[in-house]
Amino acid sequence: MIRFDNVSKSYPKQNRPALRDVSLEVEKGEFVFLVGSSGSGKSTFLRLLLREERASQGQVHVLGKDLARLSNWKVPQMRRQLGTVFQDFRLLPNKTVAENVAFAQEVIGKPRGEIRKAVPQVLDLVGLGGKEDRMPGELSGGEQQRVAIARAFVNRPMLLIADEPTGNLDPQTSVGIMKLLDRINRTGTTVVMATHDQQIVDQMRKRVIELEKGRLVRDQSRGVYGYQH
Amino acid sequence: MRAQFVLSEIGVGLRRNLTMTFAVVVSVALSLALFGGALLMRNQVNEMKTYWYDKVNISIYFCNKNDAETGVPQCAKGAVTAEQKQQVKADLEKMDIVDKVYYEDADQAFKHYKEQFGDTPMANVLTPDQMQESYQIKLKDPEKYKVVTTAFQGRAGVQAVEDQRSILDQLFELMNGMNVAALFLMGLMLVIALMLIVNTVRVSAFSRRRETGIMRLVGASSFYIQAPFIMEAAVAGLIGGALACVMLVLGRYFLIDHGLALADKMELVNFIGWDAVLTKLPLVLAISLLMPALAAFFALRKYLKV
Repeated sequence: MIRFDNVSKSYPKQNRPALRDVSLEVEKGEFVFLVGSSGSGKSTFLRLLLREERASQGQVHVLGKDLARLSNWKVPQMRRQLGTVFQDFRLLPNKTVAENVAFAQEVIGKPRGEIRKAVPQVLDLVGLGGKEDRMPGELSGGEQQRVAIARAFVNRPMLLIADEPTGNLDPQTSVGIMKLLDRINRTGTTVVMATHDQQIVDQMRKRVIELEKGRLVRDQSRGVYGYQH
Repeated sequence: MRAQFVLSEIGVGLRRNLTMTFAVVVSVALSLALFGGALLMRNQVNEMKTYWYDKVNISIYFCNKNDAETGVPQCAKGAVTAEQKQQVKADLEKMDIVDKVYYEDADQAFKHYKEQFGDTPMANVLTPDQMQESYQIKLKDPEKYKVVTTAFQGRAGVQAVEDQRSILDQLFELMNGMNVAALFLMGLMLVIALMLIVNTVRVSAFSRRRETGIMRLVGASSFYIQAPFIMEAAVAGLIGGALACVMLVLGRYFLIDHGLALADKMELVNFIGWDAVLTKLPLVLAISLLMPALAAFFALRKYLKV
């Protein structure tokens, strides 16, 4: 699903590379936490997965494709097989819940009939059945994140990338979101989630990958947030 | 891609930047009207050149008695003699470039003058004596008028060699100068139009960065993301182009047919026809569509990450 082979990434005008010689593999259906302090390279890792950036050295394979060899015009095609969720939800404030989800399908040219069927389905799945016509501003943070997850999942991606999805939410709401992500993971979708939330990582007991100053310092199955001394 | 979705996006975009859209429309309209005007002016000059160069001659005017008496320096030796005239005629006929030579005597010249200027005070005081005899020469190649001019200028009995072409050339030069000025102004307006378009696209891309960001993440093709912006620019440009077309049509209508009605006032000038105007319109429209679209496309490469 994901394979990093000795991947380094350095940005121009920065002395220290954001990622240094990272190698790892994530299998289909896994749930992976990506942890590390700010500036440890988590965001760069996710950006490489989305091919917002290219690796300076080494190879990044996502969904069996070498991203360095993927030509620019094929990138959208690849991104259709990924779902993304962010800390700040990124919803369109002037569209209803259902329209926000439908937008993800409209812009990749899905037929209208398919959209009409898929949107209520996925909204039910994330627990927002009956709120199709609400505006994002009328919803709580947790509900907004559910809309974002519905949008990410409506195209049934192989891989869901979540960048601190619970960063703006209180612990109780976060648990709800994690349950949802877990359920999505159980449908066979691989989930990679960057987080700072110790409680969640410790509770879920999933694979944990820790980055520190751009290096991979820990890769632990059924791991916890920090080392236990 | 669904047309309805795209069209509504374009409408929203154009309305959101209404002032900017207006500026783009006006600058495109003005620059293309100037462009079309310059093209038509060139047509007009060519039309006049072919018409006039065909008719224009070199005239060799001979000294008459009146010239000798009033002390015109070339005619100090008195009026032209029959021999001198004969000599000029013979020399003219020897020249290869001369096509035809017509003789016009003083009475004919007087008659022509009367016909042309009618009842003006000048024409009324003029007498046939004051008119000059002349040879009107038609050249095979009007470009070579200088050969004739140099050959006969200053000869005994010749008062003046007048190349009517040089008078016309001044007019054409003036028109060409206006043409260059129009093209220069057009270039300036075009630059302004392009900069406005680039700026519009930048503002528009910024105000829609949330949408485009999401589009990018869910895998919309770059064409799909860029199309609304490019079409916005193209639509604004096309409106400007249409306005330019209207200006050109109205321009010809009011300058030539009605309003200023130059066709009535200057009967000797052959004006360009409607076909000349109409054939420019598709070109103007095509440019108004493609140029803003291209400008938007290049602006997007800079301001919109896809």
